[in-house]
Amino acid sequence: MRARDRRRGRLVDGGLLALIAALGMLALGLGAVALSPAEVVAALLGLDPAPGAPFIVQGVRLPRLVLALLVGAALGLAGALLQAVVRNPLASPDIVGIAQGASAAGVLVIVAGGSGAAVSGAAMGGALLAAALALSLGGRGAIGARFVVVGVAIAFLANGVLGYALTRAALVDAGSAYFWLVGSVGSPSWPDIALVGGVLAGCAGLLVAGRRLLEVQAFDDATARALGGHPVTVRVGAIVVTSALTAVAVGAAGPIAFVAFASGPIARGMRGRGPALGTAALVGAAAVLGADLIAQHLIPSTFQPPVGLITGALGALVLLALLVRGDRRPEARA
Amino acid sequence: MSRRALGATALVVALLLAVVASLALGARGIDVATVLAAALRPDDPGLDPVDLVVVRELRVPRTVVGLLAGAGLGIAGGLMQGTTRNPIADPGLLGVTAGASFAVVLGIAALGASSPAALAALALTGALGASALIAAIAARPRIADAPVLLVVAGSAVTAALTSANSLLLLSDPETLDRYRFWTVGALTARGLDEALALAPLLAAGLVMALVLARPLDAIALGDDVARGLGFRLGRTRALSLLGIVLLAGTATALAGPLVFVGLVGAHLARRLVGPRHGALLPLAGVAGAALVLVADVLGRLVAPPGEIEAGIVVAVLGAPVLIALVRSRTGAAL
Repeated sequence: MRARDRRRGRLVDGGLLALIAALGMLALGLGAVALSPAEVVAALLGLDPAPGAPFIVQGVRLPRLVLALLVGAALGLAGALLQAVVRNPLASPDIVGIAQGASAAGVLVIVAGGSGAAVSGAAMGGALLAAALALSLGGRGAIGARFVVVGVAIAFLANGVLGYALTRAALVDAGSAYFWLVGSVGSPSWPDIALVGGVLAGCAGLLVAGRRLLEVQAFDDATARALGGHPVTVRVGAIVVTSALTAVAVGAAGPIAFVAFASGPIARGMRGRGPALGTAALVGAAAVLGADLIAQHLIPSTFQPPVGLITGALGALVLLALLVRGDRRPEARA
Repeated sequence: MSRRALGATALVVALLLAVVASLALGARGIDVATVLAAALRPDDPGLDPVDLVVVRELRVPRTVVGLLAGAGLGIAGGLMQGTTRNPIADPGLLGVTAGASFAVVLGIAALGASSPAALAALALTGALGASALIAAIAARPRIADAPVLLVVAGSAVTAALTSANSLLLLSDPETLDRYRFWTVGALTARGLDEALALAPLLAAGLVMALVLARPLDAIALGDDVARGLGFRLGRTRALSLLGIVLLAGTATALAGPLVFVGLVGAHLARRLVGPRHGALLPLAGVAGAALVLVADVLGRLVAPPGEIEAGIVVAVLGAPVLIALVRSRTGAAL
């Protein structure tokens, strides 16, 4: 059984990686200057298959691609982790206010004249503050519906603060305002990419090291304790990791909707069982990249919508599927 | 005077004060005597023409819009809490106003709708669709076991619809120009004519609510008791769904998707006049109207000379109420 699970897991992860590679090739090849896969590879190697190709591929399309992948992976991992430790498929950082907290704090600092590291730091502070509020006001060791609903209220609160900050900001350009409202990977910078990549790698390392503790977390708290786990401590630690991942993703690309919410359930659906954190990260990366391709090339409009609008609208379908399926399973078992 | 009569009087007085404040306060402060003169005796030669224009052209319309929208949402919140026996039900939290607003924007962008009748029809259709969706979700066994999760499902529905909305708005600059303030809950997006044209729909909703008051009192005692008393539950629920759609849909057509007004309005009214729906529902309307006007006035005063839309202020005021409710004894039972 376990061997079969592992084989299925490897198959799913391999399939996702192949999908990401294919989408990545599209992302590097499509655009005003269309390049064939061979030309893309040549341009990546520094050759000059077509006029300007190295600059277009390496300077313009590659940073956007890498940012989309890293932000998607960070959000997917953050969401699946929170859902797993709180044992509630509705508890994701974009539902319980962590993403909104990061985004509101980031905008407040921008309005106050900050930039760069100050904004990233504020986003981190906002995410942790929202998580701490939800934890302390939600009570009961962050388990149960109360934590989630308190988080929803915090999300509304943070959105209000964000709305206030936006009215005070000199963000005349609708694009930058919408960046903080809906999320976009359209303005990548290598320092941002390095920050997201570094935090993602660090958190992934922590999670691999704490794998045993997380596995025990799948049982109820009493069982987890009997198995030598520390459920509440692990939950609080996991929420901090979730906040860090969400904050760097939001700081670099804004609050891209529903990726954190949907990646975990999709990954679990494909794997068949388990929290499937690694698979969720791959799903998140593929989702953001795919949605960004849709936003760039499939929307018939002079305006190119930010990727967060696409994930937000598509998220409705995942949400409905989740609500319908989530019920059927226990019934089938009974 | 009984405690309840006192509570009712206090609410009505608060609403009157809010109306006067809404007419008098703002970027241009106008004293109460001048406000009353401008509102009641516009031909008075002693009036400053600027004051006259500000009061009659700017502040009277937004006050009427706020009154009607707030009253509609307050009553709808009371109806919703009554039929579902869920104390944290609110047309905004459960996605009904987001459904209405999505349908309006879709109708404008796709069909070029613009008359008040067409907008109201669109808003009611959208509200009906979202209500049906949320009713279907509420009937799912997992949600029925933990009604508090309905709010989370509703907030996810809202997030998805809001993204779809923004996508439509951003791909169509003309619609965006007219409706971007309306979608965050500004009272200035609609004129007096439109408000008065839609008022009969709200009046119809109020009548329905009053007719439903006695069956709702029975439902509060439990489904079996209500059935035993001879009330037909299916019909009562269907009628109150219709009433909610009428009230919340029309309110959204006027003021955009406001959140928390129904929640706060209904709870305030219940605190002051008790749980009998005959008094509770109309006073929930009074409380909702007062809340929206107070929020609008605060939004004008917090960041002069700019303004913060009433919808944003209401969200900031309402979120702590939701948290307090979930933490209170009522919430513990959820």
